[in-house]
Amino acid sequence: MFSYNELNEMHIDVLKEIGNIGAGNAATSLSQMLSKRIDMNVPEVSILNYDDAIQSIGGAENVVVGILVSFDGDIEGVILFLLKKEFVHLILNSLMGTELSKFEDISEMELSALSEIGNIMVSSYVNSIATLTNMKIDISVPGLNIDMAGALLDAVAVEFAEAADKVIFIKEKYFYGEETVYSNMLLLPNMSSLNILLKGFGIEI
Amino acid sequence: MSDELNVGIADMKIAYSPKGLISYALGSCVGICIVDQVKKVAGMVHIMLPTNNNVSDKNNVFKYADTGIPEMVKQMELMGCMRSRMIAKIAGGARMFEIKGNSSIGNIGERNTIATKEVLSKLNIKLIAQDVGANYGRTIIFDSDTGNLTIKSFAKNIKII
Repeated sequence: MFSYNELNEMHIDVLKEIGNIGAGNAATSLSQMLSKRIDMNVPEVSILNYDDAIQSIGGAENVVVGILVSFDGDIEGVILFLLKKEFVHLILNSLMGTELSKFEDISEMELSALSEIGNIMVSSYVNSIATLTNMKIDISVPGLNIDMAGALLDAVAVEFAEAADKVIFIKEKYFYGEETVYSNMLLLPNMSSLNILLKGFGIEI
Repeated sequence: MSDELNVGIADMKIAYSPKGLISYALGSCVGICIVDQVKKVAGMVHIMLPTNNNVSDKNNVFKYADTGIPEMVKQMELMGCMRSRMIAKIAGGARMFEIKGNSSIGNIGERNTIATKEVLSKLNIKLIAQDVGANYGRTIIFDSDTGNLTIKSFAKNIKII
């Protein structure tokens, strides 16, 4: 397989399962950190082009938090974790008791808390995949930025989406109490790593 | 100007005055704006990558600086614009993420900017203003009448170059 375009239903099911396992672990660590019960449903996994991915996170100019982590070892690539304002507010409010009305007002301390949470969530995500497939995967210290979704996405997608103009887009829905928040994870393994990953889950390419 | 033509990613549009051009949320991409102020015709191209190394990818010339800018200039000339009167303004090429210990991540913006400048200089088009680099995204609006390039960013003042 040479491009994301060639992914079939079975491959997508496996990616969905990867997303599900990863996100489940991430939700568990999130709920431990926030000391809140957090439930989630099966994530939606889709292979999207840039424009559709941007629409899914509220349009090009929608301001979101982007947390980028690169991974290497048996497989290589990056994960871009995009958090909308409601989710960021939930995290900061539970963790520090602060109210976030505008992203412009976010403090340095809140930023480093977010970065840490992102780091833990992505680590538990990646670790669950590594454990299941018996692979060694190391992840980097995350890079964080708050900006227009379109700008965060193009910077990452351009560099890693290989020949195809597509990304693996995982949308997670979390429930806590009465509220529902979403996070979006863009998984961008390089092509040979994607093949290894799918093989790790027992799929013949 | 309320009804600008929207220039998408890896896209190019040409507009007659008073129609403007807009491109949303450029990160590491670069927006190249060229105007012939006598003819009052403006073009904008939104490139993603410096050069087209992949010969099989011929389906989108506007994805790359080395193919997108010359194609836009050619089309403007076909509309009666003159190369000698053309001036250029560019914006974008940011480094949105910095990852410690992985310096190769995130330098595509700078490479896009360098490639863009090389192409403009090869085409003998004067680059008169730029707002490039740093770590923030830019929405750019090009006024085909005045040649003003307006730049909007998150949590920053609007800039006109």
